[in-house]
This record gives sequence, structure tokens and C-alpha cells, in this order.
Amino acid sequence: MVEQDDRLSRVFGALADPTRRDMVARLATGDATVSELAAPYDVSLQAVSKHLKVLEEAGLVRRSREAQRRPVHLDAEVFDLMTKWIERYRQQAEERYRRLDQVLARMQGTDVGDSEQREEGAAG
Amino acid sequence: MNTASTAPDALIEADPDVPTVRIVREFNAPPALVYRAHVEPDLVKQWMGPASIEMEIDVWDIRTGGEYRYTAVRDGAEIAHFYGAVHRVNENEKIVQTFGFEEMPDAVSLDTLVFVALPGGRTRLEALSVVYDFESRAGMLASGMEVGINEGYAALDGLLRSLTGADA
Repeated sequence: MVEQDDRLSRVFGALADPTRRDMVARLATGDATVSELAAPYDVSLQAVSKHLKVLEEAGLVRRSREAQRRPVHLDAEVFDLMTKWIERYRQQAEERYRRLDQVLARMQGTDVGDSEQREEGAAG
Repeated sequence: MNTASTAPDALIEADPDVPTVRIVREFNAPPALVYRAHVEPDLVKQWMGPASIEMEIDVWDIRTGGEYRYTAVRDGAEIAHFYGAVHRVNENEKIVQTFGFEEMPDAVSLDTLVFVALPGGRTRLEALSVVYDFESRAGMLASGMEVGINEGYAALDGLLRSLTGADA
């Protein structure tokens, strides 16, 4: 759990930068070399390499060890992890709010059957 | 789901540019009632804690300058102590408060709850949480898992795996 939390923190940190998000978007369409990634930006290869290093440490991208051409590869698995945490958080809120639905139904003196039915529907 | 059109599921947004989490949910009740369900401790107890956890409320004083404090108890064991300062309250419209817990005293979130009146006596609740940095937000998103409910997680895991195509 802790290991995953740390990883998630690094991912969020890495994606906090707009240039890095742009690079990730670019890599989502396919692998690219450092110079290919640098092309659209008015920055040095060094600066791009620095960004890549942050993305690499966050586990977002991988660089193959082929000596000549080292294409950068986007690691989509880490996005699944992030999506999973966010979805669980949302799911928790939804479960809380379904109980609130029932409380509100009782406050209005309406039939709570509708809320219960929804809960069953969601569980199935 | 047949009732989806009248009460859609909660929507969540983790902003890529600022460390916030926004949750939006609609309710089949007017703002005054949704507001009351946040302010009256007897009502709050009935929904806010996860099903397996009992909320022992020490203080629940939701007004400008007020505060709240409660203990989450599972199977007789205290698992977390939550508290916050209430910054500002506009009756039936808005609650601005901090949210934290003793177990992680440096983690604090500034929560703004807005109760928006919708046609037909319904309400859209918009909850925006702002934290210090992205790392804090990652911690917040992940820590909810540990203090949260366990029932249903196995099924949810299965669902998420099928959605993301990750390994089982």
C-alpha cells in the first residue's frame, strides 16, 4: 500500500508540469526518441531529457537500452493505478451519498423503497 | 440503471493543474434538506461514515467560526479521529471548512460545499477539496482506502480490473 502511495505521489508530481503532460500525450500515440520529442518545443535536448527523467522516475515512461536509438515508451499501467485510486475514492463518495439519499427520503416522508432498489441495482 | 436520469452517480474530477478533488452529486431533495443532513448531527451520523464504521460525534457545530470533531469506530476500536474548523456558513447554500485527522496532523484539506438548487426541488451538491500539493492529494486519494470500508472492495477490484484491462 505504502509503495503504491509513493508511486502515485510521483505520478501526480510528474504530471503537474504542462510540458511533461504534453510529452505523455505525444507518447500515447507511439514511441518516440528524445530528439523527436524535443522537436515541437523551443527547448534544449537537455531540458527534454530532464523532463523525461522525471517521467521515468514516476514510472510513466521507459527507455529501452538499445545503444543507438533509444525510443521512449509510455507505460500505461501506471495510469491504470491512478485511475483505480480515483475511482475508488469516487465510489466511496457515491456509497456515502446513497445513504444520504435514504436519509433525505426519510426526511421527506417519502417511500425509501426507491433508494433501496437503487442500492440493490448497483450491487448487482 | 433505471433511476440514473433522476439521480446520477457522483462525478469526480482530480484537476491536472491544481491539487484539488471535486465531487458533484445530485439529490432528489431541496437544498434546505440536503443542508440539514450536513448540519444536524443525528442526521449526519446516518450517512457520513462508511456502513461498517460508527461515527462517535464529540462536536458538530456547523456555523461560521464553529468546529466539528468525531471518532470513527469499527468493532469497538477507534480507528481515526477527524476534526475541522468551520470557516464560513451560508445557510442552505454553502459550507466552507477544513478537514483533517489526528493520525496525519500535517494533512489538511479546505473543503467548500455548495448546495445548488435545481428545478423540481432537487439539489446539486458540489464538494471541492483543496490540499497543499499534488503529493498531499495523492495521499488523500489513497488514504481514504485505509479508513474506508472493505466490504465490496473485492467485487469493485474485479470490476476495475475488467475496466482497465489490468492483470487479475
